[in-house]
Amino acid sequence: MRRLLTAALLALCIAPAFSHAADIKPIRVVTDNGMTLLIQDQPSLPIVTVNVLIKAGAVLDPDAKAGVAYMTAGMLDEGTKTRSATRLAQEIEFLGAEFAAKATNDFTTATLRVLQKDADRGFTLLADILRNPAFSEKEVVRLRSELQGELQGEKDDPGTVAGKAFDEIVFKGHPYQRPINGDDKTVAKVTRQDIVAFHDRFYRPNRTIVAIVGDIRESEALALVKKHFGSWAKKETVVPPAPAPEPLHKSVLKLIDKDLTQATVALGHIGIDRKNPDFYAVSVMNYILGGGGFSSRLVNRIRDEQGLAYDVDSAFEAHVMPGRFTVTLQTRNAAANQAIAAALAEIKRIRTEPVSEQELADAKAYLIGSFPLRLDTTGKLAGLLAVVELHSLGLSYFDDYPKAIAAVTKEDILRAAQTYINPDLYALVVVAKQSEAKIDASAVLGAK
Amino acid sequence: MLTRLLALAIIAAFIVAVHDVRPAVAGRLPVQEFTLANGLKVLLVEEPKAPVVTVQIWYKVGSRNEVMGRAGLSHMLEHMMFKGTPKYGKGEFSKLIKKNGGNDNAFTSQDYTAYFENLAADKLALALELEADRLQGLLLDDKEFQLEREVVKEERRLRIEDVPPAYLVEQMYAQAFMTHPYHWPIIGWFNDLDAMNRQDLKAYYEKHYAPNNATLVIVGDVKAETALPLIRKYFEGLPMGSPPPPPSVVEPEQKGERRIMVKREAQLPFIYFGYKVPNFKSPDVRALAVLETILSAGKSARLFDALVYRKKLALQVGAGYNELAASPELFTFYAVVKPDVKIADVEKAVLVEIERLKKEPPSDMELQKAKNQVEARYLFEQDSIFRQAMLLGTAETAGAGWQYIADYVDKVRAVTKEDIQRVARTYLNEDTRTIGILIPAAQKPPSGQAAGGAQ
Repeated sequence: MRRLLTAALLALCIAPAFSHAADIKPIRVVTDNGMTLLIQDQPSLPIVTVNVLIKAGAVLDPDAKAGVAYMTAGMLDEGTKTRSATRLAQEIEFLGAEFAAKATNDFTTATLRVLQKDADRGFTLLADILRNPAFSEKEVVRLRSELQGELQGEKDDPGTVAGKAFDEIVFKGHPYQRPINGDDKTVAKVTRQDIVAFHDRFYRPNRTIVAIVGDIRESEALALVKKHFGSWAKKETVVPPAPAPEPLHKSVLKLIDKDLTQATVALGHIGIDRKNPDFYAVSVMNYILGGGGFSSRLVNRIRDEQGLAYDVDSAFEAHVMPGRFTVTLQTRNAAANQAIAAALAEIKRIRTEPVSEQELADAKAYLIGSFPLRLDTTGKLAGLLAVVELHSLGLSYFDDYPKAIAAVTKEDILRAAQTYINPDLYALVVVAKQSEAKIDASAVLGAK
Repeated sequence: MLTRLLALAIIAAFIVAVHDVRPAVAGRLPVQEFTLANGLKVLLVEEPKAPVVTVQIWYKVGSRNEVMGRAGLSHMLEHMMFKGTPKYGKGEFSKLIKKNGGNDNAFTSQDYTAYFENLAADKLALALELEADRLQGLLLDDKEFQLEREVVKEERRLRIEDVPPAYLVEQMYAQAFMTHPYHWPIIGWFNDLDAMNRQDLKAYYEKHYAPNNATLVIVGDVKAETALPLIRKYFEGLPMGSPPPPPSVVEPEQKGERRIMVKREAQLPFIYFGYKVPNFKSPDVRALAVLETILSAGKSARLFDALVYRKKLALQVGAGYNELAASPELFTFYAVVKPDVKIADVEKAVLVEIERLKKEPPSDMELQKAKNQVEARYLFEQDSIFRQAMLLGTAETAGAGWQYIADYVDKVRAVTKEDIQRVARTYLNEDTRTIGILIPAAQKPPSGQAAGGAQ
């Protein structure tokens, strides 16, 4: 494959506008027990996709127990009060349905795909999984040992190793510093009681957004939610907001030695949160810098002109709180210094000179024009609806987005680059065979 | 893997194609088929649920068409297809698609090379024009080739060299197939990449890139009556080529188990093995596909239940059957071994599940569950126009014909318990299997070091 772009766009830069997708008019309902529902009837295919977003992310993990949110999500379908893990798997799969749950920094998602004819059955299982998980000791022990194996296995993935090291430096002292799936020490400490308590506190209808997309009338969807989630008890949970992460006071270089042919590089610092009004200017700026795939400056300079990398990109991950800004690339060990220097040069350039009219026009045209592609399956649309609700962007978001992108000027981009990219203070992680990479610390940190 | 793709479902009978030409329309799949005078086959599905379209052009050329010493030529050429024609220079293809709000890319397999554009339906003409333009007259600039070869070598490092399980899989295939081109990797060996030259690419391009060696697949919010004139406009003028016949190499019969070990720095042992099985040309293909589902589709499937859940030997386990391979391929099994578990115990546990199926047929409930899963996956796949088009392109290019997809679910429904047992007995035998094992070599002590400092 020529290249599969990693999340080069803003992670939550979900989508410009329903500009052409005139049929997409979701309804929004808040239930008596505080669940927010978003329903989009799409009758073209007899399937129903449900995306449940629960405000129960890894940021809520107890400090020394990174991994609780992740394990809670993993335990959901490992048995309920009336169904064993085995029976649950059999019931879901007999319907041909698919269930998955996963924790992220800010929230946990549980998704279900089911045939339209089995929607009621699917909701029965989904509600049982979310409301009545058994969290049996036996299954917790098993899941924990699998997670410990997973943590060991991911040490073979240079991208994961680099990403975890990067977060540890950039988010020092902030909940985003903690690995979502924990580490050897913290996971060993997570008990059944931690998981039970986490679920009881945070898995509540008033912390839950449910997006339902597919061959289902709004009234049917509402009735299903009422039947299966109507008696779910709400509970107010006071969570003191975490302070925003602190910027670095000095640049940090972290070299990790592994027997690899390539150096994996992650360079960057704290970025922006999703509510930042400069989100749109940053979106366009990052597209030009390194988010625009084959059209980006980083790809042009590092891949097309020098043949140094298969993949290089930049990303701002706009979360509830400011997430990462990173440039990532992989290059043969011996070329690491050269590739890092090229990346730094592009980072500096976007802060010092305005982008061209052509670059600006092309970036805006892509971000606005590619919008329908981000909504063209029930899964993509359900995921998007839930996140739009999480960030309170409102259903007018679908009209607002293209307008906001269209309004971005060259000056906005220059200002955004100067405000949100710092070419002097950053973290640089290089996972490589260090004896070959021979990273020149003064050059890669000096950026002069 | 392709079985999973194959989950494209019964398209409801209510969908009826309306058009003003004479396409072949399968009973349940609303595929309209046309062939231009120069041999270009066109498959079109009108799918108006979102205002987008996927345009894919599938060439019947992949690593299977390469010769010894030039492994990776198909994939290298795929990269060069983005490096310009006289009309649209280097990189302009992707830039034009992007600035029109689209995404484009390509992928190469053992059997095919495919290019795609996903974009707003009203930009169909742009994608067609650009694909027609590079079907002929590619620049293949030597300087660009030298640079792109380095990019492909980086891709090889990224996907294979530094990924222990991928490295093992490559080694295993090189053992399982001795004379058939499935022996070598799609991305090629470093030596072959270094040995390639512009002439190799040019000859290969001229031989294989012809309208009569390609299938154009279009799925999305377009009408045949508007799409066809555009297709004619851009493609009809391209002359027919004379692509070579498919490779005639037949892998000789395997007489006895083969084993391959890889020892390298890795965290966890990994086992990957495969049995020689027939492809879509065999009537046993659906039974093999259902067998794969019973063994590995989900947490209630036999392999997960036994190895991960009950015996706690593996972190991951599964099976794969590429029924739409152009030449007979492998029915594979893999497992990521849990820390502190013996590799031999994992191998044995997988073999126990295989032997069990030979001794006793699956239960009625298990068989029905597997069929339900195949049927549901078939529908879920259609949620994505891209996947729909991929499925049609794969079936057509492999030689099965896109109609293979049309009655897929019906054929699966007809599979019996006895069929499952029979194909397990017929194909999953020791003498035709090749086993690959990744053994983590003793590791050097960690030497992670942090150097800090302000400038």
